[in-house]
Amino acid sequence: MNIIETSHLSYDYIRHDEEGNVEGTTRAVSDVTLSVKPGQFIAILGHNGSGKSTLAKHINALLLPSEGTVFVDGMDTREEGHLWDVRQTAGMVFQNPDNQIIGQVVEEDVGFGPENMGVPTKEIWERVEESLKAVGMYAYRKYSPNKLSGGQKQRVSIAGVLAMHPKCIVLDEPTAMLDPNGRKEVIRAARALNEVEGVTILLITHYMEEVIHADTVLVMDEGRVVMQGTPREVFSRVEQLRQLRLDVPQVTLLAYELQKSGLPLPDGILTADELTAELTALREKQERKAKKEKACH
Amino acid sequence: MLRDITLGQYYQADSLLHRLDCRVKLVGTLLFIISLFVVDNFPGYALAAVFLAVCIRLSKVPFRFMVKGMKAIVFLMLFAVVFNLFLTPGTPVVEFWKLKITREGIEMAVKMAVRLTMLIIGSSLMTLTTTPNLLTDGLESLLNPLKKLKVPVHEVAMMMSIALRFIPILLEETDKIMKAQIARGADFESGSLIRRAKAMVPLLVPLFIAAFRRANDLAMAMEARCYRGGEGRTKMKPLVYGKRDFVAYGVLASYLAAAVVIGRVLPI
Repeated sequence: MNIIETSHLSYDYIRHDEEGNVEGTTRAVSDVTLSVKPGQFIAILGHNGSGKSTLAKHINALLLPSEGTVFVDGMDTREEGHLWDVRQTAGMVFQNPDNQIIGQVVEEDVGFGPENMGVPTKEIWERVEESLKAVGMYAYRKYSPNKLSGGQKQRVSIAGVLAMHPKCIVLDEPTAMLDPNGRKEVIRAARALNEVEGVTILLITHYMEEVIHADTVLVMDEGRVVMQGTPREVFSRVEQLRQLRLDVPQVTLLAYELQKSGLPLPDGILTADELTAELTALREKQERKAKKEKACH
Repeated sequence: MLRDITLGQYYQADSLLHRLDCRVKLVGTLLFIISLFVVDNFPGYALAAVFLAVCIRLSKVPFRFMVKGMKAIVFLMLFAVVFNLFLTPGTPVVEFWKLKITREGIEMAVKMAVRLTMLIIGSSLMTLTTTPNLLTDGLESLLNPLKKLKVPVHEVAMMMSIALRFIPILLEETDKIMKAQIARGADFESGSLIRRAKAMVPLLVPLFIAAFRRANDLAMAMEARCYRGGEGRTKMKPLVYGKRDFVAYGVLASYLAAAVVIGRVLPI
């Protein structure tokens, strides 16, 4: 069974004028059909206002669809009886680390979710310990969140969600406010959860470097899913991505430019290692060819 | 710099008073304050002073920290003393112009000073040995019976703890906005009081907007983590009375009884 299943999902924001009268609606998400299998790592890309955050909030039942349906682990998010089960199944990490940490001590914040679910005290402690260890923040359990760096705070937020034992975690631009080191920390933690614990991850971002390890990449524009495929498939379409005002990873761009100027490189190179390997292979081939030619003469 | 501020005035130490259940300390402080106002003679105050001194000794908090709290109320104390001194009717001791100091006045003034001093030291002793977090927890637990009267005890306690969490963040933000405006020529420091107050307005507007945005985000994050009020919630750190807490209640009860007997009942 699919863990997340949306069909023809659309969402309208209602616009108000200055007196609070309804002025009209803005369609933020339109006709999105999506299915995610347990254990997948999905990345959603899109520039500002492409509807990716709105889509994310539907998976946690923070927003309910205007049209279409969202099923999380077989539960319809529109049914009120399922609300808390849906929120427990699909945890959510937000953009601003300061605005989602409730506790005054790291361990208390991680315990907040389980407390709300009515988990017995002893089990809360076990869950807090295991979640903090999973994101590598156990040593900081007695710290005040104010004394942590952005990346550390975001890892605490992930631990806070993890302590609720979700099947799926939605990360809504978790790295947008972090420095490059913090970004690496958070992405590494998310990938470890996916690979080690088998948690389904939905990563929303506009940093291309973060999505190259995903199983599937979705690109959104004006509320619609416009591209879908493996990172290699998506990044081989450099021109189309540029039209959508998205940057491709620098390595991919370099490979693309080299290819355009005549080097026989394959499409959609994602990492620097890959490009080095390809270029070395190419040079060796040329050297061998040159040697052969020399030998002939 | 602003990151390091401590709220309340908690003094980190490992003492018997620090380890006592926060509810005992809250009830204890309340009883101590009551005892100060029940007692009406000097032997009674001596008893209270001895009790307080023993508590301070047990808390391992340096005495100068308690005196810090006194600075804030010097004015209040002066007022109380001066008014009692001059306005209590009775047998005059000194008289000049329209003012007279009476025997009763002197006695009242001294009593008032002693009471206020011990009251402040007693309550700072509680805040010095209890983290703000535990204070909130203790209050919630002690006020729990009020829930039957539809008082939103859990909600108020949650608000207090969120406020405690966000005060340093908002202070940092104020600092940032202030610096950004100073960099563009804003002047917060010179001019009359009214001018300075006016200069604060452009500071408050962005601060309020940011605070509301934060509140909105936080509410969403709390909902996403299944927060739905106090109903059906368990505690990660439940308050549990231990043996020493019951002993402490016993000591408190005997102190109160002794204070009432010495301070009120026994004629001296």
